[in-house]
Amino acid sequence: MLGTGIIRGLVVTARNFLGSFYDRRRFVTVFYPEQKVEMPERFRSFPFLVYDGEDAVRGLRCVACKICEKNCPPQCIYIVQQRDEKGKPLKHPAVFDLDISVCMSCGICVEVCPFDSIKMDKVFEVAESARFEKLLFGKAALSKSNAYYRSVSPADAGETDARLEEEKKAAAAKAQAAAQKKSAAQAQEPQ
Amino acid sequence: MDTSFSSQKEIDARERGGLGTERLEVAFGPHHPSTHGVFRMDVVLEGEKIVSLKPVFGYLHRNHEKIGESVSYLGIIPYTDRLDYLCSPTSNWGFVLACEKLAGLEAPERAQYIRVILAELTRLVNHTCLAGFLAQDLGAMGTPLMYAFRERENILDLFESLTGARMMVNYFRFGGCRCDLPEGWLQGVSRVLDAYSKFLDEFEALLTGNEILLQRTQGVGVLKADLAINAGITGPCLRASGVNYDLRKVDAYGIYSRFPFRVPIGEHGDCFDRYMVRILEMRESIGILRQAVREIPAGPIMDAKAKTRSIRPKAGEVYGRIESPKGELGFYLIADGSPSPYRYRIRPPSFINLTVLEEMCLGLTVADAVAILGSIDIVLGEVDR
Repeated sequence: MLGTGIIRGLVVTARNFLGSFYDRRRFVTVFYPEQKVEMPERFRSFPFLVYDGEDAVRGLRCVACKICEKNCPPQCIYIVQQRDEKGKPLKHPAVFDLDISVCMSCGICVEVCPFDSIKMDKVFEVAESARFEKLLFGKAALSKSNAYYRSVSPADAGETDARLEEEKKAAAAKAQAAAQKKSAAQAQEPQ
Repeated sequence: MDTSFSSQKEIDARERGGLGTERLEVAFGPHHPSTHGVFRMDVVLEGEKIVSLKPVFGYLHRNHEKIGESVSYLGIIPYTDRLDYLCSPTSNWGFVLACEKLAGLEAPERAQYIRVILAELTRLVNHTCLAGFLAQDLGAMGTPLMYAFRERENILDLFESLTGARMMVNYFRFGGCRCDLPEGWLQGVSRVLDAYSKFLDEFEALLTGNEILLQRTQGVGVLKADLAINAGITGPCLRASGVNYDLRKVDAYGIYSRFPFRVPIGEHGDCFDRYMVRILEMRESIGILRQAVREIPAGPIMDAKAKTRSIRPKAGEVYGRIESPKGELGFYLIADGSPSPYRYRIRPPSFINLTVLEEMCLGLTVADAVAILGSIDIVLGEVDR
């Protein structure tokens, strides 16, 4: 009979309409910005730089190796390495600029960083009135503490910390072994 | 066919006593909700009949292929997300598959299963959206599309908890996947699948039997099988015309040979068949997903040979293709030993499926052209690249 298909469809919409008053599965929206959906652990928005301890300048893990700058697909990272007064390069960035308006949140900088110094943030409400002045983040704006990183992505930060600790221990053991070897060699030398 | 602006001829005809209609050239789009993005159709109308139709695209051209020649192989992956932005995991897979052939890498077992799960979830997302959009194009304002989006959201939540992004997943890597599944993710997939079969029943009750949908789609925009083959049409559009061609069966890339699924085939090649083939494909996808979730083994997710994330393959060329939800998505690469490809070319299914639009629309009305365009399933990010 003509029209039965339409009536069946109307039954579906009626069921959905009535269901939206009591069925929890049908409450699919929240009242943003009063209510917010909790972001999953791996949610990523924009990169930031991690520093250890309290000092944002001395504790910065970044050594200005520029691997992220080279690998960034839209090329939104700009790094200048710091140099001492004699012109010798130091393991610290003098400039670390990241253009948020260019960044496409792919997370490749995080993947290629060998020092675990750049990580993805969860802040996504970064709308600003000035596109060029306010969306170009400098080193100071990008630097965030390791405690902050631990608070936004606990599992990943815990894993990174454990790995860094391991590496530190291994490096210390290696240095100790090297020192022992050296002293042993020195002890043998006079003979 | 005379596609010119033949007003003088018509005026002459009228003067001779005949009832001539002036031909009218209409630019349909580029900013029109039914063109699925920024796409224009230059339509010549006689009354309401379409006499000629010229697709005009390029409004969303972003220089994807040329950019690919200047960034590293790894850096191309996030750009492939933005080709077909409704289904980025399959775009990732196509590119990664081509590069893996080039570099001689192979994803381990677990990663293969993860890939199949993501690709089939993507197929669900794409086909659900398509059915919603098609209904929207036919004038069902909102309701089917909102239901489709509601269900799609559950799958996007899964994508987000796995990859960190809802749409631009950037997840597949050469020789595996970026990160392992989070705790409880597979249970989440199972939950979504249970809800999805119910949703499909509901969605079909809403749409499939609907007389308005049937009248607007049955017998409209018929694509004959021989034309479809000659024009290189792939995917659900080709199968709706009655050609049994699915790369998951033909190539059996990845581990698709392990999944016993059926390939839905249409009979008439009209809009309704194209809609129905997709609905049936979704049901097959649910079967594939259930099997994959059941069988997925533990183990590594990256090939041990893949030392770094990016690759630097030796000189050579390769063509890798997969069955994306829209059709055959192919990536052609020429490597010259440098960190970025020498030539990078994409075979986008949306673009090639669009080439028969005129043949399908001739002699029909403007309203039919909207339905036909909706049933082809294009994404302009992929058409224009």
